Amino acid sequence: MTAMTAPTAEARPPRIVAARPDLLADRATHYCPGCGHGVIHRLVAEVLGELGLGPKTIAVAAVGCAVFAYDYLQVDFVEAQHGRAPAVATGVRRVRPDAFVLTYQGDGDLAAIGTAEIVHAAARGERITVVFVNNGIYGMTGGQMAPTSLLGQKTTSTPLGRDARTAGYPIPITEMLAIVPGTAYAARGSLASPAAIGKTKAMLRRAFEIQVAGGSFGIVEVLSNCPVGWGMTPVESIEHLSVVAETYPLGVIVDRARAAGKA
Amino acid sequence: MTLAYAATLDRAEPEGAALPDRVLLKGNEAIAEAAIQAGCDAYFGYPITPQAELLEWMARRMPEEGRAFVQAESEIGAISMALGAAATGARVMVSTSSPGFSLMAEGMSYIAASELPVVLVNVMRGGPGLGSIAPAQADYLQAVKGHGHGDYRVPVLAPSSIAEAIAMVADAFEIAEHYRTPVIILADGIIGQAMEPVRPIYRNPPRLDDGWALSGADGRPPRVVRSLHLRPEDLEQHNLALAAKFRAISAAEVRWAGEALDDAELVIVAYGTAARVGRTALARARDAGLRVGLFRPISLWPFPSDALAEITRTVRAILVVELSAGQMVEDVRLAVEGRAPVLFHGRTGGMVPTPDEVVDALRSAWALTPDPDGGGR
Repeated sequence: MTAMTAPTAEARPPRIVAARPDLLADRATHYCPGCGHGVIHRLVAEVLGELGLGPKTIAVAAVGCAVFAYDYLQVDFVEAQHGRAPAVATGVRRVRPDAFVLTYQGDGDLAAIGTAEIVHAAARGERITVVFVNNGIYGMTGGQMAPTSLLGQKTTSTPLGRDARTAGYPIPITEMLAIVPGTAYAARGSLASPAAIGKTKAMLRRAFEIQVAGGSFGIVEVLSNCPVGWGMTPVESIEHLSVVAETYPLGVIVDRARAAGKA
Repeated sequence: MTLAYAATLDRAEPEGAALPDRVLLKGNEAIAEAAIQAGCDAYFGYPITPQAELLEWMARRMPEEGRAFVQAESEIGAISMALGAAATGARVMVSTSSPGFSLMAEGMSYIAASELPVVLVNVMRGGPGLGSIAPAQADYLQAVKGHGHGDYRVPVLAPSSIAEAIAMVADAFEIAEHYRTPVIILADGIIGQAMEPVRPIYRNPPRLDDGWALSGADGRPPRVVRSLHLRPEDLEQHNLALAAKFRAISAAEVRWAGEALDDAELVIVAYGTAARVGRTALARARDAGLRVGLFRPISLWPFPSDALAEITRTVRAILVVELSAGQMVEDVRLAVEGRAPVLFHGRTGGMVPTPDEVVDALRSAWALTPDPDGGGR
């Protein structure tokens, strides 16, 4: 009779289910506990790595909490003035036609001070990809209202909640950019769940592939959280993203590259 | 790096057999073509009078040469594009006029902090505010004392003729790349709009090693071009390094030209178009028996303070002439340190002083000031 023995740990080949992407630095984060930037950095690093784009990437860091993206993403970076990242990226693009050009911008940067630059980068159809992190608040300066803050949202500059009569309405900038013919791709994802994160990664991949294929301007908005700025625990802030998505619907807003059959 | 300016100052024909034909060139277009001939890789601009022909020339010529041209959404966009292109090691020019220069101030601070080479041309017009579209030298203090925020300096070169502007474009790229700094060419509306016969002598400065520039981290560690140094200890070190660079520029890049200074008892100090007026006034004053000389700063920063101080040691008076209500005169007073009276004659708002006005001002200066030797020459 042959004795059956349980397989030993030594005999079983290791199976890695999750690892740090090569393009993400192995270092402690400066982001607050529960902040979504870490997840989005990881997604960007994964997609850049999977598409083999790391060695040809020139990224533009924008003003805000994620200005330090260059401390984590192991690619060449230039740091822009507040809001100007799409113009800086335009300068890079026009003299480096073979580079993969990326901006990583927050909502204060992109949807307030940088509206001229983002609109005209899209209007020119610049072959750049914008990763737009929308957490509805100015995190770095202490939690003031952003143009994207929800109606009624309490921030340090709307202590009674955002009132449309005096502070206006949340700005659906990605939909606005999607109207422009120069925009090849515009989509909005979220960090609300592992499934949503997976969809967001697919959007980033699609946007990056369009640029590689020669397509024009692409933007992926990611609804992210700011537990400290929102006055919530990390778990509460993630749950709150479903409320945020009522104002900012998820999904692909436009994919002109697909419509044109180019990519 | 210090280059001879005598030929361009005097508008004398350069010596040599293979000279280019003499052509009639407009200042804005001459500056643009000089940039192209100097190997400018990318130009970014926004329409504004009186520099629009520079942008238009680039719009036509840069694509012909396979180079980058973008008409930006604003001067803020243009200078930001320049920042991005320069970060990759490209040779970059932007141009504007006074109100647009204010909008470029933000970018200049970041470009200086990030140590990127960019040449900015400001074809000055009357201000403040929307002002006028007529020529002025109203942005001297802004250009020389600081456009954007922070602890930095930028070399400023001021052409006084179209031939000099052509030579200055190549010099500006060379200084920008040698020191990794923005450089301002501070012209005025007359330099931009006037046409002069010139033999255009273009120069394409050699490229320097750009081992700092962004090209994609392919087989090397990633590079970051940045201006943020959050720890005060780090920013202080960065600023001290910048200060050392500014001292080196101050020592090596002072440029000025003089005329009839040997026996001068009155010295006109003027740059750009004001120096052209001063040159005519000098000739008329000499005809009238006044011993007048002309001192023309070419680099406004670094200001030729030592040379001016030396020259003015023995004169009766200095007369500063500007197309402004009085800006460079402050630097002249700092240089002269009270050794001679410093008088001022300027027209502002787009008005240009006439040579006769300057001669009258020289006569007044002569009458008002004692003979430095105490005798009755």
